[in-house]
Amino acid sequence: MILSLLAGDPQADKAVPPTGFTARLTLFTAGAMAFLAVFALALSTTTGRLAARWGEELARTSTLRISAPAGQVQLQTQAALRVLEETPGVADARALTADEQRQLLEPWFGPDLPVESLPVPQLIEIVEEGEGYDPAGLRARLSAEVPGAVLDDHAAWREPLVAAAGRLRLIGALSVALIFASMAAMITLAAQAALAANAQVIRVLRLVGARDVYIARAFVRRFTLRALTGAGAGTVAGLAAVLLLPRRDVAGGFLSGLGFEGAGWLWPVLIPPLAGIVAFFATRAAALRSLREQA
Amino acid sequence: MIELKDVSYSYGGGELFSQLSLQLAPCSFQFLTGPSGAGKTTLLKLCYGDLRATSGTVTLFGQDARGIDRDGVALARRRIGVVHQDCQFLDHLPLSENVALPLTVAGRQSEAAGNLPDLLNWVGLSAQAEQLPPQLSGGERQRAALARAVIMSPDVVLADEPTGNIDWEMSQRLLRLLIELNRMGKAVLVATHDLNLIRAAKAQVQSRVLRLRGGRLQVAGADL
Repeated sequence: MILSLLAGDPQADKAVPPTGFTARLTLFTAGAMAFLAVFALALSTTTGRLAARWGEELARTSTLRISAPAGQVQLQTQAALRVLEETPGVADARALTADEQRQLLEPWFGPDLPVESLPVPQLIEIVEEGEGYDPAGLRARLSAEVPGAVLDDHAAWREPLVAAAGRLRLIGALSVALIFASMAAMITLAAQAALAANAQVIRVLRLVGARDVYIARAFVRRFTLRALTGAGAGTVAGLAAVLLLPRRDVAGGFLSGLGFEGAGWLWPVLIPPLAGIVAFFATRAAALRSLREQA
Repeated sequence: MIELKDVSYSYGGGELFSQLSLQLAPCSFQFLTGPSGAGKTTLLKLCYGDLRATSGTVTLFGQDARGIDRDGVALARRRIGVVHQDCQFLDHLPLSENVALPLTVAGRQSEAAGNLPDLLNWVGLSAQAEQLPPQLSGGERQRAALARAVIMSPDVVLADEPTGNIDWEMSQRLLRLLIELNRMGKAVLVATHDLNLIRAAKAQVQSRVLRLRGGRLQVAGADL
Protein backbone atom coordinates (compact mmCIF):
# COMPACT_ATOMS: atom_id res chain seq x y z
CA MET A 1 0.00 0.00 0.00
CA ILE A 2 2.80 2.41 0.97
CA LEU A 3 4.91 1.48 -2.07
CA SER A 4 2.02 2.03 -4.47
CA LEU A 5 1.38 5.30 -2.69
CA LEU A 6 4.98 6.40 -3.18
CA ALA A 7 4.77 5.48 -6.85
CA GLY A 8 1.92 7.99 -6.92
CA ASP A 9 -0.53 9.34 -9.44
CA PRO A 10 0.94 12.49 -11.00
CA GLN A 11 -2.47 13.66 -12.24
CA ALA A 12 -4.04 13.26 -8.81
CA ASP A 13 -1.12 15.00 -7.12
CA LYS A 14 -1.52 18.02 -9.34
CA ALA A 15 -5.08 18.50 -8.15
CA VAL A 16 -3.83 19.78 -4.80
CA PRO A 17 -1.62 22.88 -4.99
CA PRO A 18 1.72 22.75 -3.18
CA THR A 19 1.49 24.30 0.28
CA GLY A 20 4.77 25.95 1.27
CA PHE A 21 4.18 26.48 4.98
CA THR A 22 3.04 22.96 5.83
CA ALA A 23 5.71 21.46 3.56
CA ARG A 24 8.46 23.32 5.41
CA LEU A 25 6.91 22.49 8.80
CA THR A 26 6.78 18.78 7.98
CA LEU A 27 10.32 18.69 6.63
CA PHE A 28 11.68 20.53 9.66
CA THR A 29 9.72 18.44 12.17
CA ALA A 30 10.74 15.15 10.58
CA GLY A 31 14.36 16.27 10.36
CA ALA A 32 14.55 17.50 13.96
CA MET A 33 12.80 14.42 15.33
CA ALA A 34 15.03 12.06 13.36
CA PHE A 35 18.10 13.91 14.67
CA LEU A 36 16.84 13.46 18.24
CA ALA A 37 15.92 9.83 17.55
CA VAL A 38 19.52 9.10 16.48
CA PHE A 39 20.77 10.42 19.82
CA ALA A 40 18.10 8.57 21.81
CA LEU A 41 19.08 5.36 20.02
CA ALA A 42 22.78 6.05 20.56
CA LEU A 43 22.21 6.71 24.26
CA SER A 44 20.07 3.62 24.62
CA THR A 45 22.44 1.26 22.84
CA THR A 46 25.54 2.74 24.48
CA THR A 47 24.23 2.54 28.03
CA GLY A 48 22.87 -0.92 27.43
CA ARG A 49 26.18 -2.04 26.01
CA LEU A 50 28.20 -0.43 28.79
CA ALA A 51 26.06 -1.86 31.57
CA ALA A 52 26.11 -5.28 29.95
CA ARG A 53 29.91 -5.13 29.78
CA TRP A 54 30.20 -4.03 33.40
CA GLY A 55 27.85 -6.76 34.45
CA GLU A 56 29.77 -9.34 32.44
CA GLU A 57 33.14 -8.23 33.75
CA LEU A 58 31.91 -8.39 37.34
CA ALA A 59 30.27 -11.71 36.70
CA ARG A 60 33.57 -13.20 35.49
CA THR A 61 35.41 -12.35 38.69
CA SER A 62 34.74 -12.70 42.38
CA THR A 63 36.61 -12.10 45.63
CA LEU A 64 37.35 -14.25 48.64
CA ARG A 65 38.12 -12.43 51.87
CA ILE A 66 40.09 -14.24 54.63
CA SER A 67 39.54 -12.70 58.05
CA ALA A 68 41.43 -14.68 60.66
CA PRO A 69 43.76 -14.14 63.61
CA ALA A 70 47.25 -13.06 62.51
CA GLY A 71 48.75 -16.53 62.81
CA GLN A 72 45.94 -18.19 60.89
CA VAL A 73 45.77 -15.93 57.82
CA GLN A 74 48.56 -17.61 55.90
CA LEU A 75 47.27 -21.13 56.62
CA GLN A 76 43.67 -20.32 55.74
CA THR A 77 44.78 -18.56 52.55
CA GLN A 78 46.68 -21.68 51.45
CA ALA A 79 43.67 -23.86 52.31
CA ALA A 80 41.33 -21.57 50.39
CA LEU A 81 43.60 -21.60 47.31
CA ARG A 82 43.63 -25.41 47.43
CA VAL A 83 39.85 -25.53 47.59
CA LEU A 84 39.58 -23.09 44.70
CA GLU A 85 42.03 -25.07 42.58
CA GLU A 86 39.73 -28.07 42.92
CA THR A 87 36.53 -26.14 42.26
CA PRO A 88 35.02 -26.61 38.75
CA GLY A 89 34.42 -23.28 36.95
CA VAL A 90 37.35 -21.50 38.57
CA ALA A 91 40.03 -20.66 35.97
CA ASP A 92 42.45 -18.93 38.28
CA ALA A 93 42.74 -17.89 41.91
CA ARG A 94 45.51 -15.88 43.46
CA ALA A 95 46.12 -14.00 46.68
CA LEU A 96 46.63 -10.27 46.25
CA THR A 97 50.04 -9.02 47.25
CA ALA A 98 50.52 -6.44 50.01
CA ASP A 99 51.22 -3.80 47.34
CA GLU A 100 47.98 -4.60 45.50
CA GLN A 101 45.99 -4.41 48.73
CA ARG A 102 47.68 -1.10 49.59
CA GLN A 103 46.64 0.28 46.18
CA LEU A 104 43.08 -0.77 46.84
CA LEU A 105 43.04 1.07 50.17
CA GLU A 106 44.96 4.10 48.94
CA PRO A 107 41.88 6.12 47.92
CA TRP A 108 40.65 5.99 51.54
CA PHE A 109 43.84 5.93 53.63
CA GLY A 110 46.41 7.57 51.38
CA PRO A 111 49.82 6.18 50.33
CA ASP A 112 52.36 4.37 52.55
CA LEU A 113 49.75 2.51 54.55
CA PRO A 114 51.52 -0.19 56.61
CA VAL A 115 49.23 -3.00 55.46
CA GLU A 116 51.47 -5.69 56.98
CA SER A 117 51.05 -4.29 60.49
CA LEU A 118 47.28 -3.79 60.25
CA PRO A 119 44.58 -6.47 60.66
CA VAL A 120 43.55 -6.12 57.02
CA PRO A 121 41.91 -9.25 55.62
CA GLN A 122 43.74 -11.14 52.88
CA LEU A 123 41.96 -10.93 49.52
CA ILE A 124 41.94 -13.68 46.90
CA GLU A 125 40.91 -12.81 43.33
CA ILE A 126 38.94 -15.55 41.55
CA VAL A 127 38.63 -15.62 37.76
CA GLU A 128 35.86 -17.83 36.41
CA GLU A 129 35.68 -19.90 33.26
CA GLY A 130 32.86 -21.48 31.28
CA GLU A 131 29.55 -21.32 33.14
CA GLY A 132 31.37 -20.30 36.35
CA TYR A 133 31.32 -22.05 39.70
CA ASP A 134 28.43 -22.95 41.97
CA PRO A 135 28.56 -20.22 44.66
CA ALA A 136 26.35 -22.10 47.13
CA GLY A 137 28.50 -25.25 46.89
CA LEU A 138 31.74 -23.27 47.21
CA ARG A 139 30.45 -21.39 50.27
CA ALA A 140 29.47 -24.68 51.93
CA ARG A 141 32.92 -26.19 51.36
CA LEU A 142 34.76 -23.03 52.46
CA SER A 143 32.74 -22.79 55.67
CA ALA A 144 33.88 -26.32 56.50
CA GLU A 145 37.54 -25.99 55.50
CA VAL A 146 38.31 -22.25 55.76
CA PRO A 147 36.25 -20.78 58.63
CA GLY A 148 37.54 -17.20 58.09
CA ALA A 149 36.60 -17.06 54.37
CA VAL A 150 33.84 -14.86 53.03
CA LEU A 151 32.95 -15.24 49.33
CA ASP A 152 31.77 -12.17 47.41
CA ASP A 153 30.52 -13.27 43.98
CA HIS A 154 29.61 -9.64 43.07
CA ALA A 155 25.92 -10.50 42.84
CA ALA A 156 25.18 -7.45 44.99
CA TRP A 157 26.94 -5.27 42.38
CA ARG A 158 25.67 -7.08 39.34
CA GLU A 159 21.97 -7.04 40.07
CA PRO A 160 21.55 -3.24 40.30
CA LEU A 161 23.65 -2.86 37.14
CA VAL A 162 21.52 -5.33 35.22
CA ALA A 163 18.40 -3.56 36.51
CA ALA A 164 19.88 -0.18 35.56
CA ALA A 165 20.71 -1.46 32.09
CA GLY A 166 17.14 -2.65 31.62
CA ARG A 167 15.75 0.70 32.76
CA LEU A 168 18.11 2.63 30.51
CA ARG A 169 17.09 0.56 27.51
CA LEU A 170 13.45 1.11 28.42
CA ILE A 171 13.98 4.86 28.75
CA GLY A 172 15.77 4.88 25.39
CA ALA A 173 12.94 2.98 23.72
CA LEU A 174 10.38 5.23 25.41
CA SER A 175 12.27 8.30 24.18
CA VAL A 176 12.23 7.00 20.61
CA ALA A 177 8.50 6.19 20.91
CA LEU A 178 7.80 9.69 22.29
CA ILE A 179 9.83 11.26 19.49
CA PHE A 180 7.80 9.39 16.87
CA ALA A 181 4.54 10.21 18.68
CA SER A 182 5.53 13.89 18.66
CA MET A 183 6.35 13.60 14.98
CA ALA A 184 2.94 12.06 14.32
CA ALA A 185 1.24 14.86 16.27
CA MET A 186 3.12 17.59 14.40
CA ILE A 187 2.49 16.01 11.01
CA THR A 188 -1.20 15.59 11.90
CA LEU A 189 -1.41 19.31 12.71
CA ALA A 190 0.41 20.21 9.49
CA ALA A 191 -1.88 17.93 7.47
CA GLN A 192 -4.97 19.44 9.09
CA ALA A 193 -3.67 22.93 8.30
CA ALA A 194 -3.08 21.89 4.69
CA LEU A 195 -6.58 20.41 4.45
CA ALA A 196 -8.15 23.54 5.94
CA ALA A 197 -6.15 25.75 3.57
CA ASN A 198 -7.38 23.65 0.64
CA ALA A 199 -11.07 23.58 1.58
CA GLN A 200 -12.02 25.15 -1.77
CA VAL A 201 -9.95 22.58 -3.69
CA ILE A 202 -11.67 19.81 -1.76
CA ARG A 203 -15.10 21.30 -2.57
CA VAL A 204 -14.26 21.34 -6.28
CA LEU A 205 -12.90 17.80 -6.22
CA ARG A 206 -16.05 16.58 -4.49
CA LEU A 207 -18.22 18.45 -6.95
CA VAL A 208 -16.68 16.52 -9.84
CA GLY A 209 -17.07 13.15 -8.10
CA ALA A 210 -13.82 12.60 -6.18
CA ARG A 211 -14.03 10.03 -3.40
CA ASP A 212 -12.55 10.81 0.03
CA VAL A 213 -9.79 8.28 -0.45
CA TYR A 214 -8.72 9.97 -3.70
CA ILE A 215 -8.51 13.38 -2.03
CA ALA A 216 -6.75 11.94 1.02
CA ARG A 217 -4.20 10.12 -1.15
CA ALA A 218 -2.88 13.35 -2.66
CA PHE A 219 -2.22 14.77 0.82
CA VAL A 220 -0.92 11.50 2.29
CA ARG A 221 1.64 10.99 -0.47
CA ARG A 222 3.02 14.48 -0.07
CA PHE A 223 3.33 14.31 3.69
CA THR A 224 4.86 10.82 3.58
CA LEU A 225 7.51 11.90 1.08
CA ARG A 226 8.24 15.07 3.05
CA ALA A 227 8.62 13.08 6.27
CA LEU A 228 10.91 10.59 4.51
CA THR A 229 13.06 13.38 3.10
CA GLY A 230 13.19 15.34 6.35
CA ALA A 231 13.92 12.25 8.44
CA GLY A 232 16.62 11.16 5.98
CA ALA A 233 18.37 14.52 6.32
CA GLY A 234 17.90 14.53 10.12
CA THR A 235 19.31 11.01 10.43
CA VAL A 236 22.38 11.87 8.34
CA ALA A 237 22.93 14.99 10.47
CA GLY A 238 22.45 12.97 13.67
CA LEU A 239 24.91 10.29 12.57
CA ALA A 240 27.45 12.95 11.60
CA ALA A 241 27.06 14.53 15.04
CA VAL A 242 27.53 11.13 16.74
CA LEU A 243 30.67 10.51 14.65
CA LEU A 244 32.04 13.90 15.65
CA LEU A 245 31.70 13.15 19.39
CA PRO A 246 35.04 12.54 21.21
CA ARG A 247 36.10 8.90 21.12
CA ARG A 248 36.19 6.89 24.29
CA ASP A 249 39.88 6.03 23.98
CA VAL A 250 40.76 9.72 23.55
CA ALA A 251 38.76 11.33 26.32
CA GLY A 252 37.79 8.33 28.39
CA GLY A 253 34.68 8.18 30.56
CA PHE A 254 31.08 7.27 29.99
CA LEU A 255 29.58 10.01 27.78
CA SER A 256 32.53 10.11 25.38
CA GLY A 257 31.69 6.56 24.37
CA LEU A 258 28.24 7.55 22.99
CA GLY A 259 27.63 5.95 19.61
CA PHE A 260 26.94 2.74 17.75
CA GLU A 261 29.04 -0.38 17.32
CA GLY A 262 28.93 -3.05 14.61
CA ALA A 263 25.41 -3.97 13.54
CA GLY A 264 24.14 -1.23 15.87
CA TRP A 265 24.78 1.24 13.03
CA LEU A 266 21.78 -0.31 11.25
CA TRP A 267 19.35 1.02 13.85
CA PRO A 268 19.46 4.64 12.65
CA VAL A 269 18.87 3.45 9.07
CA LEU A 270 15.40 2.41 10.21
CA ILE A 271 14.48 5.96 11.28
CA PRO A 272 13.54 7.46 7.86
CA PRO A 273 11.28 4.55 6.77
CA LEU A 274 9.72 4.53 10.23
CA ALA A 275 9.11 8.28 9.95
CA GLY A 276 7.51 7.67 6.55
CA ILE A 277 5.21 5.02 8.02
CA VAL A 278 4.28 7.31 10.92
CA ALA A 279 3.58 10.18 8.50
CA PHE A 280 1.53 7.90 6.24
CA PHE A 281 -0.82 6.76 8.99
CA ALA A 282 -0.95 10.14 10.77
CA THR A 283 -1.82 12.02 7.58
CA ARG A 284 -4.26 9.38 6.39
CA ALA A 285 -6.15 9.43 9.69
CA ALA A 286 -6.12 13.26 9.79
CA ALA A 287 -7.20 13.56 6.16
CA LEU A 288 -10.07 11.08 6.39
CA ARG A 289 -11.26 12.63 9.67
CA SER A 290 -11.12 16.16 8.21
CA LEU A 291 -12.92 15.06 5.06
CA ARG A 292 -15.64 13.43 7.18
CA GLU A 293 -16.03 16.65 9.16
CA GLN A 294 -16.09 18.79 6.01
CA ALA A 295 -18.78 16.62 4.42
CA MET B 1 -33.16 9.54 -12.64
CA ILE B 2 -33.40 12.08 -9.82
CA GLU B 3 -36.59 12.41 -7.86
CA LEU B 4 -37.55 14.51 -4.86
CA LYS B 5 -40.77 13.47 -3.13
CA ASP B 6 -42.40 15.49 -0.34
CA VAL B 7 -39.03 16.93 0.54
CA SER B 8 -38.60 19.52 3.27
CA TYR B 9 -35.42 21.33 4.17
CA SER B 10 -34.79 23.34 7.31
CA TYR B 11 -31.79 25.13 8.68
CA GLY B 12 -31.17 27.55 11.52
CA GLY B 13 -34.50 26.65 13.06
CA GLY B 14 -36.51 27.77 10.02
CA GLU B 15 -38.04 25.77 7.19
CA LEU B 16 -36.79 26.81 3.75
CA PHE B 17 -39.30 24.71 1.87
CA SER B 18 -41.63 21.79 2.53
CA GLN B 19 -43.60 19.04 0.79
CA LEU B 20 -41.68 19.69 -2.40
CA SER B 21 -41.68 17.17 -5.24
CA LEU B 22 -39.62 17.25 -8.40
CA GLN B 23 -38.62 14.74 -11.03
CA LEU B 24 -35.70 15.01 -13.41
CA ALA B 25 -36.52 12.55 -16.18
CA PRO B 26 -34.38 11.79 -19.23
CA CYS B 27 -34.69 14.42 -22.02
CA SER B 28 -36.50 16.83 -19.70
CA PHE B 29 -35.60 20.54 -19.73
CA GLN B 30 -36.73 22.51 -16.72
CA PHE B 31 -36.12 25.94 -15.35
CA LEU B 32 -36.24 26.71 -11.65
CA THR B 33 -36.98 30.29 -10.87
CA GLY B 34 -37.91 32.31 -7.84
CA PRO B 35 -36.74 35.23 -5.75
CA SER B 36 -33.26 35.32 -4.21
CA GLY B 37 -33.16 33.29 -1.01
CA ALA B 38 -36.13 31.13 -2.03
CA GLY B 39 -33.92 28.02 -1.93
CA LYS B 40 -33.03 27.40 -5.58
CA THR B 41 -29.38 26.59 -4.84
CA THR B 42 -30.40 24.43 -1.87
CA LEU B 43 -32.80 22.50 -4.07
CA LEU B 44 -30.03 21.88 -6.59
CA LYS B 45 -27.69 20.75 -3.81
CA LEU B 46 -30.31 18.23 -2.70
CA CYS B 47 -30.38 16.97 -6.30
CA TYR B 48 -26.65 16.24 -6.36
CA GLY B 49 -26.37 14.93 -2.81
CA ASP B 50 -24.50 17.89 -1.35
CA LEU B 51 -27.25 18.35 1.25
CA ARG B 52 -29.59 15.92 2.96
CA ALA B 53 -33.32 16.60 3.11
CA THR B 54 -34.82 17.22 6.54
CA SER B 55 -37.72 14.99 5.57
CA GLY B 56 -39.12 13.36 2.47
CA THR B 57 -37.32 11.18 -0.05
CA VAL B 58 -34.55 12.06 -2.48
CA THR B 59 -33.84 9.31 -4.98
CA LEU B 60 -30.57 9.42 -6.94
CA PHE B 61 -30.55 6.99 -9.86
CA GLY B 62 -32.92 4.59 -8.13
CA GLN B 63 -31.26 4.74 -4.69
CA ASP B 64 -32.63 6.50 -1.64
CA ALA B 65 -30.08 9.24 -0.88
CA ARG B 66 -30.34 8.50 2.86
CA GLY B 67 -28.85 5.07 2.26
CA ILE B 68 -25.93 6.28 0.14
CA ASP B 69 -22.56 6.81 1.85
CA ARG B 70 -20.08 9.51 0.82
CA ASP B 71 -18.39 7.24 -1.71
CA GLY B 72 -21.80 6.48 -3.19
CA VAL B 73 -22.57 10.19 -3.45
CA ALA B 74 -19.22 10.70 -5.21
CA LEU B 75 -20.11 7.99 -7.72
CA ALA B 76 -23.57 9.50 -8.26
CA ARG B 77 -21.98 12.89 -8.96
CA ARG B 78 -20.07 11.38 -11.84
CA ARG B 79 -23.50 11.02 -13.49
CA ILE B 80 -24.47 14.61 -12.69
CA GLY B 81 -22.82 17.62 -14.31
CA VAL B 82 -23.02 20.76 -12.19
CA VAL B 83 -22.45 24.33 -13.39
CA HIS B 84 -22.21 26.99 -10.70
CA GLN B 85 -22.51 30.73 -11.09
CA ASP B 86 -18.99 31.11 -9.61
CA CYS B 87 -17.78 28.11 -11.69
CA GLN B 88 -15.49 26.70 -8.94
CA PHE B 89 -12.22 25.87 -10.67
CA LEU B 90 -8.83 24.85 -9.38
CA ASP B 91 -7.02 28.09 -10.09
CA HIS B 92 -3.55 26.52 -10.19
CA LEU B 93 -4.46 24.18 -13.08
CA PRO B 94 -4.85 25.23 -16.73
CA LEU B 95 -8.29 25.22 -18.27
CA SER B 96 -7.75 21.91 -20.10
CA GLU B 97 -6.89 20.09 -16.84
CA ASN B 98 -9.82 21.72 -15.04
CA VAL B 99 -12.20 20.57 -17.74
CA ALA B 100 -10.70 17.05 -17.62
CA LEU B 101 -10.84 16.93 -13.81
CA PRO B 102 -13.94 14.67 -13.60
CA LEU B 103 -12.15 12.09 -15.78
CA THR B 104 -8.99 12.43 -13.70
CA VAL B 105 -10.73 11.78 -10.38
CA ALA B 106 -12.57 8.84 -11.93
CA GLY B 107 -9.24 7.32 -13.05
CA ARG B 108 -10.22 7.72 -16.71
CA GLN B 109 -7.76 10.46 -17.69
CA SER B 110 -6.74 8.48 -20.79
CA GLU B 111 -10.16 9.34 -22.27
CA ALA B 112 -9.37 13.03 -22.03
CA ALA B 113 -6.97 12.87 -24.99
CA GLY B 114 -9.86 11.91 -27.28
CA ASN B 115 -12.69 13.98 -25.84
CA LEU B 116 -11.08 17.15 -24.59
CA PRO B 117 -10.14 18.86 -27.90
CA ASP B 118 -13.64 18.28 -29.31
CA LEU B 119 -15.26 19.49 -26.12
CA LEU B 120 -13.14 22.64 -25.92
CA ASN B 121 -13.91 23.29 -29.58
CA TRP B 122 -17.65 22.81 -28.87
CA VAL B 123 -17.59 25.51 -26.19
CA GLY B 124 -15.24 27.68 -28.26
CA LEU B 125 -12.29 27.56 -25.86
CA SER B 126 -9.62 25.68 -27.84
CA ALA B 127 -7.36 28.72 -27.86
CA GLN B 128 -7.65 29.16 -24.09
CA ALA B 129 -6.84 25.53 -23.19
CA GLU B 130 -3.57 26.32 -21.44
CA GLN B 131 -4.73 29.47 -19.67
CA LEU B 132 -5.38 29.50 -15.94
CA PRO B 133 -8.98 30.14 -14.81
CA PRO B 134 -8.24 33.62 -13.38
CA GLN B 135 -7.05 34.66 -16.86
CA LEU B 136 -10.46 33.87 -18.42
CA SER B 137 -13.46 36.16 -18.85
CA GLY B 138 -16.78 35.44 -17.10
CA GLY B 139 -18.31 33.96 -20.24
CA GLU B 140 -15.30 31.80 -20.91
CA ARG B 141 -15.38 30.50 -17.36
CA GLN B 142 -19.09 29.65 -17.65
CA ARG B 143 -18.51 27.75 -20.90
CA ALA B 144 -15.53 25.99 -19.36
CA ALA B 145 -17.69 25.01 -16.37
CA LEU B 146 -20.27 23.60 -18.77
CA ALA B 147 -17.56 21.65 -20.63
CA ARG B 148 -16.34 20.21 -17.31
CA ALA B 149 -19.92 19.36 -16.34
CA VAL B 150 -20.48 17.28 -19.47
CA ILE B 151 -17.08 15.66 -20.06
CA MET B 152 -18.23 12.49 -18.27
CA SER B 153 -21.34 12.42 -20.46
CA PRO B 154 -23.60 12.72 -17.40
CA ASP B 155 -27.27 11.81 -17.37
CA VAL B 156 -28.25 15.05 -15.66
CA VAL B 157 -26.97 18.62 -16.00
CA LEU B 158 -27.71 21.05 -13.17
CA ALA B 159 -26.91 24.72 -13.74
CA ASP B 160 -27.13 27.27 -10.94
CA GLU B 161 -27.49 30.82 -12.33
CA PRO B 162 -25.16 29.97 -15.23
CA THR B 163 -25.76 33.32 -16.93
CA GLY B 164 -25.55 35.47 -13.81
CA ASN B 165 -22.20 37.07 -14.67
CA ILE B 166 -22.26 37.15 -18.46
CA ASP B 167 -23.75 39.35 -21.17
CA TRP B 168 -26.84 38.53 -23.21
CA GLU B 169 -24.97 37.27 -26.26
CA MET B 170 -22.92 34.89 -24.15
CA SER B 171 -26.09 33.79 -22.29
CA GLN B 172 -27.61 32.82 -25.63
CA ARG B 173 -24.53 30.86 -26.57
CA LEU B 174 -24.61 29.01 -23.27
CA LEU B 175 -28.32 28.33 -23.66
CA ARG B 176 -27.74 26.82 -27.09
CA LEU B 177 -25.15 24.48 -25.58
CA LEU B 178 -27.60 23.39 -22.86
CA ILE B 179 -30.31 22.78 -25.47
CA GLU B 180 -27.87 20.70 -27.51
CA LEU B 181 -27.14 18.59 -24.43
CA ASN B 182 -30.85 18.15 -23.84
CA ARG B 183 -31.30 16.96 -27.40
CA MET B 184 -28.65 14.33 -26.66
CA GLY B 185 -30.98 12.94 -24.01
CA LYS B 186 -29.68 14.67 -20.89
CA ALA B 187 -32.04 15.93 -18.21
CA VAL B 188 -31.37 19.63 -17.72
CA LEU B 189 -32.38 21.78 -14.76
CA VAL B 190 -31.39 25.44 -14.82
CA ALA B 191 -31.90 27.62 -11.76
CA THR B 192 -32.19 31.23 -12.85
CA HIS B 193 -34.12 34.41 -12.30
CA ASP B 194 -33.31 35.64 -15.80
CA LEU B 195 -36.80 35.62 -17.33
CA ASN B 196 -35.47 36.71 -20.73
CA LEU B 197 -33.32 33.59 -20.83
CA ILE B 198 -36.36 31.44 -20.02
CA ARG B 199 -38.44 33.10 -22.76
CA ALA B 200 -35.62 32.63 -25.26
CA ALA B 201 -35.35 28.96 -24.32
CA LYS B 202 -39.09 28.33 -24.60
CA ALA B 203 -38.88 29.44 -28.21
CA GLN B 204 -36.29 26.75 -28.92
CA VAL B 205 -37.04 23.80 -26.69
CA GLN B 206 -39.94 22.09 -24.94
CA SER B 207 -39.38 23.17 -21.35
CA ARG B 208 -41.15 23.48 -18.05
CA VAL B 209 -40.73 26.39 -15.67
CA LEU B 210 -40.98 25.81 -11.93
CA ARG B 211 -41.27 28.64 -9.49
CA LEU B 212 -40.02 28.30 -5.92
CA ARG B 213 -41.74 30.83 -3.70
CA GLY B 214 -42.83 30.87 -0.07
CA GLY B 215 -41.43 27.41 0.47
CA ARG B 216 -43.58 25.87 -2.28
CA LEU B 217 -42.75 24.71 -5.78
CA GLN B 218 -45.29 25.56 -8.48
CA VAL B 219 -45.40 25.19 -12.22
CA ALA B 220 -45.25 28.69 -13.67
CA GLY B 221 -48.07 29.69 -15.97
CA ALA B 222 -48.50 31.73 -19.11
CA ASP B 223 -46.90 34.81 -17.53
CA LEU B 224 -43.63 33.33 -18.74
